[in-house]
Parts: sequence; structure tokens; C-alpha cells
Amino acid sequence: MSESLSHAQRIEAGLARRYRAERRFRMYGIVAIAAAIGFLALLLTAIGFRGAGAFQQTEIALEITFDEALIKDNDWQGMVKASLGKAFPDVTGRRDKRNLYGLASSGAGFDLRAMVLADPALAGRTQTVWLPASDDVDMLMKGVIDRTLPEGDRRITDQEIAWIDALAAQNRIDLKFNTRFFTSGDSREPELAGILGALTGSLFSLFVCFILSFPLGVMAAVYLQEFAPKNIWTDIIEVNINNLAAVPSIVFGLLGLGILLNVMHLPRSASLVGGIVLALMTMPTVIIAGRAALQSVPPSIREAALGMGASPVQTVLHHVLPLAMPGMLTGAIIGMARALGESAPLLMIGMVAFVVDIPKTLTDASTALPVQIYLWADSPERAFSERTAAAIIVLLAFLITMNMVAIVMRKKFERKW
Amino acid sequence: MVEKNHKMPISIHTEVPGAGHHGESKADAAIKMAAEGVDVYYGDKQALKNINLNIPECQVTALIGPSGCGKSTFLRCLNRMNDVVDGCRVEGSITMDGEDIYAKGIDVVHLRARIGMVFQKPNPFPKSVYDNVAYGPKIHGLASSRAEMDEIVFASLERAGLLGEVRDRLDAPGTGLSGGQQQRLCIARAIAVEPEVILMDEPCSALDPIATAKIEELIDELKENYTIIMVTHSMQQAARVSQKTAFFHLGELVEQGDTVDIFTRPKDERTKSYVTGRIG
Repeated sequence: MSESLSHAQRIEAGLARRYRAERRFRMYGIVAIAAAIGFLALLLTAIGFRGAGAFQQTEIALEITFDEALIKDNDWQGMVKASLGKAFPDVTGRRDKRNLYGLASSGAGFDLRAMVLADPALAGRTQTVWLPASDDVDMLMKGVIDRTLPEGDRRITDQEIAWIDALAAQNRIDLKFNTRFFTSGDSREPELAGILGALTGSLFSLFVCFILSFPLGVMAAVYLQEFAPKNIWTDIIEVNINNLAAVPSIVFGLLGLGILLNVMHLPRSASLVGGIVLALMTMPTVIIAGRAALQSVPPSIREAALGMGASPVQTVLHHVLPLAMPGMLTGAIIGMARALGESAPLLMIGMVAFVVDIPKTLTDASTALPVQIYLWADSPERAFSERTAAAIIVLLAFLITMNMVAIVMRKKFERKW
Repeated sequence: MVEKNHKMPISIHTEVPGAGHHGESKADAAIKMAAEGVDVYYGDKQALKNINLNIPECQVTALIGPSGCGKSTFLRCLNRMNDVVDGCRVEGSITMDGEDIYAKGIDVVHLRARIGMVFQKPNPFPKSVYDNVAYGPKIHGLASSRAEMDEIVFASLERAGLLGEVRDRLDAPGTGLSGGQQQRLCIARAIAVEPEVILMDEPCSALDPIATAKIEELIDELKENYTIIMVTHSMQQAARVSQKTAFFHLGELVEQGDTVDIFTRPKDERTKSYVTGRIG
């Protein structure tokens, strides 16, 4: 650069470089966002693709005769067997028969029992009923088991495939919407396993968690931020709350095991205990977010209220707290979302148990969604893998619903100021 | 409270009778509030040194001085707003109607109901215009019925010269008004509880000249019923609206007296420099 250049020329010469830098910077930003969206999309499609299958279940239409003798013996599965035997009368061998009966789910009888309980007039009659097929049949129908493989390499024999094809030729085997997945609890049989038990457990736990952590957290935040004297003790408390927010969640589980179960003898595996443990874990987050929200309320509002002769409590309740509420709710929701996805502390207090019944009260044994996902992911049956993905979809849907509710509540509070 | 022995406060109401700017200074005005030997500390730092000042009833007293001289601090001592400031300590005595407002039995809530305050930045509550004005009467239980409350709200807005502008938007948020309207709303809010004294901390510093003129006019009307103490950075404003002026400098009360004297015949060299615009 020569000195002959004027100021204006020098500035102009630099302009292009400055604009280039600006464009580059924007590009980096866009690339970062695109990458984030890409990963999210990848995750969601992968889970969606894997989990979609679980929303359908193979069912077999069987001519069921509600034999009164079998009803009396409570042998519901016997009706299924009788019906399958009638459909394939040429199957005679003991082993072949067992394979044939294995086409239908071992839980198919429960459906029949429920039908008769609902309508006792069925006794003695014969009716076509769609019943769940076993998980291997389901996997074959969904194409997860490859029928071109040599017979020894797959879980389903050529003979069974022949039966299934025969049923399919009569339109008596088909994929139906899997309502059972949403209405039943866990099961050893993938085709009978549902998410409702875990969902209810999560719902109960989160309810307890919110009821405990939100009011306590808000009160703690208000006291520390608005009323507590600034001294060494409040400093110590503040440092400890911050540390508590960073404590690994399993430690809270150990606390729950050590104190809530062993000392206070609260029921094992109960969503009540799970909720208390999650509340302990969530509270620091709620306090920290609450204090930040209180801090962001302009001091002029406090002065205005105090200057009007409002007492400190009136100042907080009438003016500061309503203005801080949206921020506090956001903090609480972030904490709750973390609690929803938490499995480690729940393992320690026994919420990892195999629970078939859907919990009805807070003290019933239950699992939670993340624990259920973990349990299913650990199961050897192929059909559980798609159910694992489906459970993740339910978990994500739960999370999104929760966030939506939070946003709606925030908006409502904001408008009310 | 440490009662320090200091020289008697200069009683400004005995000086130069009838010298107020508007020619309506009441020479025999009773003393509403009085500060005697007031020292204020923020932690170790002394913000005010030995302030002795009498505030006459139903007049406007202007507190002037360069930034950081302690005039706002003094103002906030008068309704104990400094109580909430950490490490703030007030010594000496401040009395209202002869009663020490820092005495043990004094209730701050009650005191602030008697001494209203208007702040530098308009700070209406994020509520409706109506609720803003109704807030004070509501918390102090001054209205027993909705009709009574309506009456108080309308009267206060009327006296603050705001009713005409907000009559059909009483339910609109107070924060949606213009800056000048917001400040008048804050004044309406303050007078709704019928205080005896109104403290104003640079009430016009965030406002344009037209809004300022309206507020000044309002202050002039309000002094008929209220004792007003006003901090201002504007020399002209002090000269226009106040009857008494006190000049603060570096935490000291340098000079006090009738406004007209302070501006035309200042006794202290520092006052002279300040009012003529040489320091500040």
C-alpha cells in the first residue's frame, strides 16, 4: 500500500475483505444450524423408521368355539389350540402340534377370557376372533425375519411358514393397529407388551416431582433472592445449591435407597419414591432458574411497590413473583424434562422391576419410560427392538407435550403480567 | 439512633419572607420535616455529612447539586427507602411533624403511606392504568367498595391531569402510555393514598420539554395540598417550581434558603459556581 492512497481509498480497499469476513461468519452459522438440524432429523427418522413397526401387530382370525367345559376349567388357551387344530386337521405329531399352537400368542387366551367376562352369552357359541400372533410370526409378517435364509438360521421353520402362508391365502392373517401397545403394561411376550404401565409410572413420578420441587424451589428462590441477608451463610447455601445441581443423578438414587427405602421404609419401586428422588434432583435447577428470573425483574418495580408502602411480602407477591413466573416455569420445565429422561436414580430405588400391572396409585410398583426403554433394549426377542424405538417415540411425544403445555402456560402468565 | 449534637438547623422559613419564585412562599409555613445532623454511610463510605435541613409544609423544596453529591440519597432517607440497601446506615435524626421517623416504633409501611415517592424513571406497574392507581388504596385498605375505589382512582387521575387522556383506556396497560403520561400516572398513583409529603427524584429527567412542562405545572398545583421535595438536575426547573432550594456538594449541604436567594444571591462560592454553570 502506498502512502498516496487517501483515507477514503484505504477504507474502500478494506471493505471487500470486511464483507467477505462477514459472509464467511454467516456461513459458519448456517452450517452449524444445518448440521444440528441434520443430526436431529437423522435421529428422528431412525427412531421413527424403527419404531413404526411396533404400532402394528400381526393378528390371526380364528374360529373360536367358546366351549363351556373349557370356560369352566379356565383353559382359555385351550380354545385357541382347538381352533388352530381344526384349521389344520392334518397336523398330528406332538411336536408339530406344539409348533402349530405357537403361531398364536400365548396371551391370546386372555383376550377370549376378557370377551366372555364382558359378554357371558358367548358361552357355547362359535365366532371368528382376531387374536394376536406370536412375536416370531409378527416378525416374519413384517419382513424382519428373512424367509430366504436357510431354515436353521431363522427362528421360524419351513412348516410354520407354510401354515402362515395358508392362513394368509385365506386372508386370516393380517397386520392390525396395535392398540395393546397403548393399553397394557409390560410383558415377557413382545406382542403383549405395552407402554401404558411405564407411561403412568412416569406421569405419577413427574406429578410428585412437580408438586414437591416447584413450590419448594420457588419459595427457596424467593427467600434467598428477596429476603435473605447477604452473609457467609447464604453464600454457603448458594454454593451448595449450585453444586447440588451438578451432582450426578445416581447419587440422588442412592440417597433415595438409603433414606427413603431403608430408613423411612417407603414402598420399593413406587412412583412416589421415584418422584421424591427426581424432585430432589430437580430442585436445585428450579431454585437457580427461579433466582435468575427474580433477578431479571427490574428493580424499579420493587422500588415502586415499596415506595407505595407495600410490605416486602406484598412487593414480592403482587409484583415481583408474577413477573418472574414465566422464567420460573421455564426453569421448572427444563428440570422436569431432565427428570423425565432420567433412569439412573430410578434404578436404585427399584423402579427397574418387571411390572405387568398398570400402577393405579402412587405407591403401586411401577417403572418409568426411560427404564422401560432400557429393559426392552436389553431383551433378546427381535420384536422388542421395534418396541424399544416405539417407546422412545412415546417418550419424545410426552416431552414435546410437556414443553407445549409449558409454553402455553408461559404465554398465559406473560399476557397477564 | 445516635443523636449527635450539632448546631441547630438553619430554619429557612425565617429568611427573606415572600421571596419564592411564584411569589406565594408562605413565610409562616410550618416545618413538615426536619433533618438534624444526618450522616449516611454506604458501608465504609460516608455519603452524607451532617445534614441539617428543614422542609416547610405545602411548599416545593428543590434539592440541587452535581451528580453523586448525595441529594438522591438524602431524598431516599426521608421515606426510609435506603432501608433496603445493603450496608446503608443512617445516623442523626429525621423528623416528620416532630416525630423521629427512624424511631423504633415507626412502621415503615405506614410511613411510606404518608410519604409518597415518584422516581426518576417512570415505573408504572405492568398492570392496567386503573390498577396502578388503585394499588395503594387497595393495600392500605382505603376503599371499602368498588364505587369508593372508582372515586379515588378518578380523583387521583384528575388531579394528576391525566384523566382526560386515559379515560377510555383505564384497562390498558400503564406501561403502554407515553413517558410523560407514565410519570403523571406514577404521580396519580402516589397521591391516591393521600400522602402528606411527596418525594420526587428527578421526575422529569427522562421526559421531553412538553411533558416536563406538564409535570412542573402539576407540581405547582400539588403544592397547595402536599409538601413536595424534589431532586432536580435542571437549575431552571428548580428556579421555576420551587420555593426553597438546598444545594448539595460532595455529601455536604452547602447552602439552603429561598430559591430566589440561592439563584440570585448565593452566599457560598461553590453555590455560585454551580448555579451559574461553572461546576457540575
